[in-house]
Amino acid sequence: MPDEDTILTREGILAEQFDDLAQQTEAGTLGMWIFLATELLLFGGLFTGYISYRLAYFQGFHEASGHLYFTLGSINTAVLLTSSYFVALAVHAARQGRSRAVSGWLLGAAGLGAVFLAIKATEYYLEYREHLVPWMDFQFEGAYPAHAQLFFIFYFLMTGLHAVHMLVGMALLLIMALLARLGRFSAEYHNPVELTGLYWHFVDIVWVFLYPAFYLLNPHS
Amino acid sequence: MNHAAIQPRTYLVVYIVLLVLLVFTIAGAYIPIHVLATVVAFVIATIKAILIVLYFMHVKESSTLVRVFGGAGLLWLGILIAGTLHDYLARGWPPPP
Repeated sequence: MPDEDTILTREGILAEQFDDLAQQTEAGTLGMWIFLATELLLFGGLFTGYISYRLAYFQGFHEASGHLYFTLGSINTAVLLTSSYFVALAVHAARQGRSRAVSGWLLGAAGLGAVFLAIKATEYYLEYREHLVPWMDFQFEGAYPAHAQLFFIFYFLMTGLHAVHMLVGMALLLIMALLARLGRFSAEYHNPVELTGLYWHFVDIVWVFLYPAFYLLNPHS
Repeated sequence: MNHAAIQPRTYLVVYIVLLVLLVFTIAGAYIPIHVLATVVAFVIATIKAILIVLYFMHVKESSTLVRVFGGAGLLWLGILIAGTLHDYLARGWPPPP
């Protein structure tokens, strides 16, 4: 409920520093894009390191990639693309003020996020059993075991960081689904749903690039 | 703000195109020339990202200011990658063992 700093208007909650909802929405959206730009550079730094060593240790990375589960990675890509589609439909429903549909699509997207993480955890476990986790009894049969180990360091670090972002995104999706169900959003006021959608799509895009970077170097070994 | 400019039918079309691109990616991974296969995979990933940004993230109907900030993030990423590779490759990369 509104505290001293907010005014409950008929359309929704307007913070006092804004003239109207349109200005508040634009400021919120711009803030989210600034945050996503910093996120882009966070992952971008890791990708830059990855690309540098991919060029340096071409054959070692090629051998190492053959040990990943190409089919599971491909399924996960489809799962995330579908969840993004659900979130796009949730935002569309929010713009029309259909709160039940909003919470339904958001819960569906969060569920697909859980499927993604379950598949990812299965992969991690299989890779652990195959001694592919660096510093955990890492063993690699091949011409370039040291280069392969570097590949797996990048793999676990980057997919792990992505998985943390998935957890944050799923928490946001569930919170927005709950707030929608409680009737906190309307056709006029629903920018939190839009911003959560932006974050989720960004996390999806990161995976769209992680997938070819790790799984597609040597899929038929 | 020009809301509701993108309709559910458009989202569905974009989603189907994304899945078709995924199938292309999987097929492309079997191109026997590895360098070419990698290039194809990343070109397709870039097309997917552009579709998601334009339609799912609504940049197509966003204000100019939001586009500038999104574009700035991309520009700095480009400087990061291009600057690093330009330096490394010019100095001789990989480092001698």
